[in-house]
Amino acid sequence: MILPTPAITTGPWAAAAMIAAVVLLSTTGEVLTAAAMKSIGDLDDIRAQSGMKGAIKAVVTCPLFFAGVSFLALAFFSLLFALNHLSLSLVAPASASLTLVTNAIAGKIFLKENVDKRRWASAVFVCIGVYLLAH
Amino acid sequence: MAHHRLSPHQWMILGLVAVCAPLGDTCLSRGMTHLPAITLGHPVTLVAAVFTPWIAVGIALLIGFFASYLTALSWADLTFVLPATAFGNVIVAFLSKFWLHESISWQRWTGIILITMGVGFVAQGPAVTERPTPSNNPQAAEAIEEEPVR
Repeated sequence: MILPTPAITTGPWAAAAMIAAVVLLSTTGEVLTAAAMKSIGDLDDIRAQSGMKGAIKAVVTCPLFFAGVSFLALAFFSLLFALNHLSLSLVAPASASLTLVTNAIAGKIFLKENVDKRRWASAVFVCIGVYLLAH
Repeated sequence: MAHHRLSPHQWMILGLVAVCAPLGDTCLSRGMTHLPAITLGHPVTLVAAVFTPWIAVGIALLIGFFASYLTALSWADLTFVLPATAFGNVIVAFLSKFWLHESISWQRWTGIILITMGVGFVAQGPAVTERPTPSNNPQAAEAIEEEPVR
């Protein structure tokens, strides 16, 4: 018996929605984690002053960090769900490359990072490069 | 802005982020392919898989990746760290060519060139966005100076 491949049973809109879910959840997790680490401060300085235990305590007592990790976990499970319905050669490069661009947008809007022309060019170059490398 | 340039120690942390993630994934992949098929009906086999050498090394590398990634995010922008650490993909491609003797298609060579150019672009700029502080914001500095002493 020949089983139908995932690509046949999943329409283009459903595939796009699955990849979008992976990208959005991953971007939310990355932005929350980055915001948490910025609020904690330079971990190298904390480790120099309070040792490794102090650095670990500073991270694990930050609620924003757990929010970020929770979204990263959701992104991971949504990736597994997408892989169950779509081929790896589509999901992996598409989600990895699109996340770079959405992170640049989210970094500018939510983290108020200075995303200048150099960083935009870098994000686009790496996005296309990762897609070509992983495809 | 000299203080926004990274020190050799900080570049080493970014290097760990770039190398540990793809190598950890590779170790996990290699370890899992050598195991018999695991089903949800036998979850104990999944726990036992954690203690096999390749998967244990893969998990250790991914823990190293996450610790280095968090450290990097504490002193650099997210929009700097992500493109800068994408160079790990290039390292894996070269490892696959020269260590595993796999062929690299022209699309992959193009991808390697584009990632290298992207990393080069972002590495030339500052690692962190400059925030207004009393030392570099004259108005804020004046406000502090004018504040009456109690």
